[in-house]
Amino acid sequence: MTTAAIRRLARLVTAHIDGPLLSATLLLLGVSLVVIFSGSNQNFTRVTSQTVSMLVAFGVMYVFANIPPHFLMRIALPLYVLGVLLLICVAAFGDVVNGARRWLHVGVTRIQPSEIMKIAVPLMLAWYFDRYEATLKFKNYIIAAVLLVVPVGLIVRQPDLGTALLISAAGCYVMFLAGLSWRVIAALATAGAASVPLLWGAMHDYQRQRILTLFDPSQDPLGAGYHTIQSTIAVGSGGIFGKGWLQGTQTHLDFIPERTTDFIFAVYSEEFGLLGNMLLLILFLLVIARGTMITANAPTLFTRLFGGAITLTFFTYAFVNMGMVSGILPVVGVPLPLISYGGTSLVTICLGLGILMSIQTHKKLVQS
Amino acid sequence: MSELIINTGVELRNSRLEIHNFRLRLAIALGFVLLMFLLLLARFFYLQVIQHEHYNTLAEANRISIVPIAPNRGIIVDRNGVVLAHNYSAYTLEITPGRVEDLDALINDLATVIEITPKDRRRFKKLLEESKSLDSLPIRTRLSDEEIARFAAARYRFRGVEINARLFRQYPKGEMFSHVVGHIGRINQRELDKLEEEGKDANYKGTDYIGKVGLEDSYEKDLHGTTGVEEVEVDSGGRAVRTLSRSAPVSGSNLVLKLDAKLQEIVYQAFGDYRGALVAIDPTTGGVLAFVSKPGFDPNLFVDGIDTQNWKELNESPDRPMVNRALAGTYPPGSTFKPFMALAALTYGKRRPEQTISDPGGFNFGGHFFRDDKVGGHGLVDMYKSIVVSCDTYYYMLANDLGIDNIARFMRTFGFGSPTGIDIKGEAQGSLPSQEWKMKRFRQKWYAGETISVGIGQGYNAYTPLQLAQAVATIANDGVTFKPHIVDYVEDIVTHKHTVIEPQPLRTLELKPEHLKVVKDAMIGVNKEGTGARAFAGASYVSAGKTGTAQVVALKQGEKYVASRVTERNRDHALFIAYAPADKPKIALAVLVENAGFGARAAAPIARMVIDYYLLGKQPTPLKAAGENNDDGRD
Repeated sequence: MTTAAIRRLARLVTAHIDGPLLSATLLLLGVSLVVIFSGSNQNFTRVTSQTVSMLVAFGVMYVFANIPPHFLMRIALPLYVLGVLLLICVAAFGDVVNGARRWLHVGVTRIQPSEIMKIAVPLMLAWYFDRYEATLKFKNYIIAAVLLVVPVGLIVRQPDLGTALLISAAGCYVMFLAGLSWRVIAALATAGAASVPLLWGAMHDYQRQRILTLFDPSQDPLGAGYHTIQSTIAVGSGGIFGKGWLQGTQTHLDFIPERTTDFIFAVYSEEFGLLGNMLLLILFLLVIARGTMITANAPTLFTRLFGGAITLTFFTYAFVNMGMVSGILPVVGVPLPLISYGGTSLVTICLGLGILMSIQTHKKLVQS
Repeated sequence: MSELIINTGVELRNSRLEIHNFRLRLAIALGFVLLMFLLLLARFFYLQVIQHEHYNTLAEANRISIVPIAPNRGIIVDRNGVVLAHNYSAYTLEITPGRVEDLDALINDLATVIEITPKDRRRFKKLLEESKSLDSLPIRTRLSDEEIARFAAARYRFRGVEINARLFRQYPKGEMFSHVVGHIGRINQRELDKLEEEGKDANYKGTDYIGKVGLEDSYEKDLHGTTGVEEVEVDSGGRAVRTLSRSAPVSGSNLVLKLDAKLQEIVYQAFGDYRGALVAIDPTTGGVLAFVSKPGFDPNLFVDGIDTQNWKELNESPDRPMVNRALAGTYPPGSTFKPFMALAALTYGKRRPEQTISDPGGFNFGGHFFRDDKVGGHGLVDMYKSIVVSCDTYYYMLANDLGIDNIARFMRTFGFGSPTGIDIKGEAQGSLPSQEWKMKRFRQKWYAGETISVGIGQGYNAYTPLQLAQAVATIANDGVTFKPHIVDYVEDIVTHKHTVIEPQPLRTLELKPEHLKVVKDAMIGVNKEGTGARAFAGASYVSAGKTGTAQVVALKQGEKYVASRVTERNRDHALFIAYAPADKPKIALAVLVENAGFGARAAAPIARMVIDYYLLGKQPTPLKAAGENNDDGRD
């Protein structure tokens, strides 16, 4: 083979990979391994297993980067319907793990249908708005809202508040970007604010207490508030420069719960301090900025809406997780994208990033 | 076709507008993203810069646990180094009640692995009632190696139960020293409050025990030592990960006593089955050589909390073993009061030594006949004879001549009726009768007739054996009184510095040497030819003494005391005071034998044994210790 042939093959193989997005992702994954090593008390098995997950996620990213967006449009409806059916199955006979019914046995393995919906719901809505692009009316927004509420309602019942929140956010982003009128947005915001006291009045005392604890962890320092208090201490004690890698006392003396998964940011923040936090925010912003750029230049309404939803959902993951760890948001089970230990969310996020790459690299094809 | 084109044109225009709108919204969304990230950044800045100190402190507090290390308690030894209180290390099985749901079930379950007697259970129950709530409490002490192994194998079943190595206090001499050395016990809530009040609670973190009575109590400050501190890094489960810093505890100081354990033992045995008390003092320093109150109790029972049954037995025993008779028991001094009365007479010029009275066998005052012990009387009696033969009539008359207030004023200078200030707590004051005293105590005026029996140490007179011993020591030491003290010196075991409890002269009585000589000579006469002669027959040293018998129940007018007619507990108390050698006294003592009858028979032989041992190192021959019946007249 000639060098030219090799070069051409290489170009063919990498044709649908977006360089900037890939670079930012790789940097974040590098950070992830460093922090998981510390958070797991220097457990190489964890690092190795996460590396394997990363390779799988890269495979998924590569595959989806190479799938043209119009193919995704074709599977939008079937995937959505399948997802909702699976959620109903979960509700009917799913496995209960840690008090929540989220898993469904499929042959030898078990799957978490709500994870599918993270992609399927924005995909469905983007496809739906794209389909009625020429004749969008208020009615279509109502239908879109129903398409969103059904799966979210099923997921809330599991209960999986974190996932439900992320999916509703994704759906709302699609509707917002699809041009939901400002008046409706204002009306919804007012109605939402007005319903708070009504809902509050209708709640039981224990429910109120639970919500109060969500917002003020010091009310229940040994129970629900414990995680937030300890993670806030970890962040605050990190200071400007951090305690140094593997030196976090909150981390290594077991005060931080879920140190490699949902609360991994506490570990990072304790050991790398404010400077580390700024670096991480910049890396996340790089991904978001690149996603926004791709979305802004996307050729069709479908790709614009879907790409926008993926980008903003990525932001939501990061914001909700860091907000929760630093004590300004209630604790909901949302991992830190690309950093937290665990294969499922990593694959889902890389899949989304792969779709962004696909949108970017298939642009010319659509235009031509 | 054209329509299609127009349509397309509209669509294209719409699409351009749409893209514009979309990008605007995307820009708004991006603005929102930036705003939210700025919010996070502000939060990070607040936590990590502004509040950093605060959170750093919290993280350190999380991480570091301050563990107190209790100091070893000082030991207590006698003047020759014989150990009276020491510590030994042993394993205990402890339960933390706060971590156990069903305590009874747990103990039943534990009993299948390690023997737990009903006594252990009772003691644990009592501890549970008294303890600070978070403590771990011992259910069994002194575990054997086999028991430890058995528990270790089954420990997963027992949440809140653990084995700890602890230091235990032990009193090898048991009840013999129970009233001097006292004992420690677990700190109760009242003591804890007191420690907090005094600001000493920090030094008691990690200490479970505190001195309860005796020297253990009064020298608590010296014995306890200084608690050490270990800074330990702990994980979220509270398990120690590593030690960060350590300041070692400083062991408590040792007490070296003036007491002679052997002497104490001799006294204890000499009492036989009798109850009573003996205090022997070095008159030149106030150092206490023997301090016995019998019966005693086993102080070891109290160390880890006494069980209810033993507690009940001790408390309800008619022998009242918990009462420190030497320190807190008050008794009429009987005829041992006479030498002091004689000194009062000389000092106030009411009698000359050679002045005689005629004893018809009693004294008539106000229609009452105060009987002398000897039927028909002692005939002509001067001061010497009045003490040697213990003539009551002489002192009836003398008391009447002196008057109660003079007697009180004089006796007070000897320390009668006031605490001596000895270095253990719980001293009784006794009562020294006077007009004022009676008015205060009974709101009644004094009757002159009441003075008469005070003259022979009866009536309202009531003093502790310790006061009596101190008074004898004062005579022996020619009027110089020292504060009695049991501890010779406190030995700092780190620096080996000895803090000597210096002899502390309390007062020097203004007694004329010639007056003292008269009384001292008479007291020598007692042991040579008088009521104490039999007990001191053949002694190789010259001693001085005085017998006494104290009535427990008042006799009716004209009634004669017959021991066999009186129930055992109502029989007279036997007393004896003595010092020796007479020319240069090294030991002064007071003995009281409860319900033993005559001082000459029951109390004087004990005094003899003590002095023989102390001066000559002579071990007592197994003689009949305290005489049973009497063939002597009353003294």
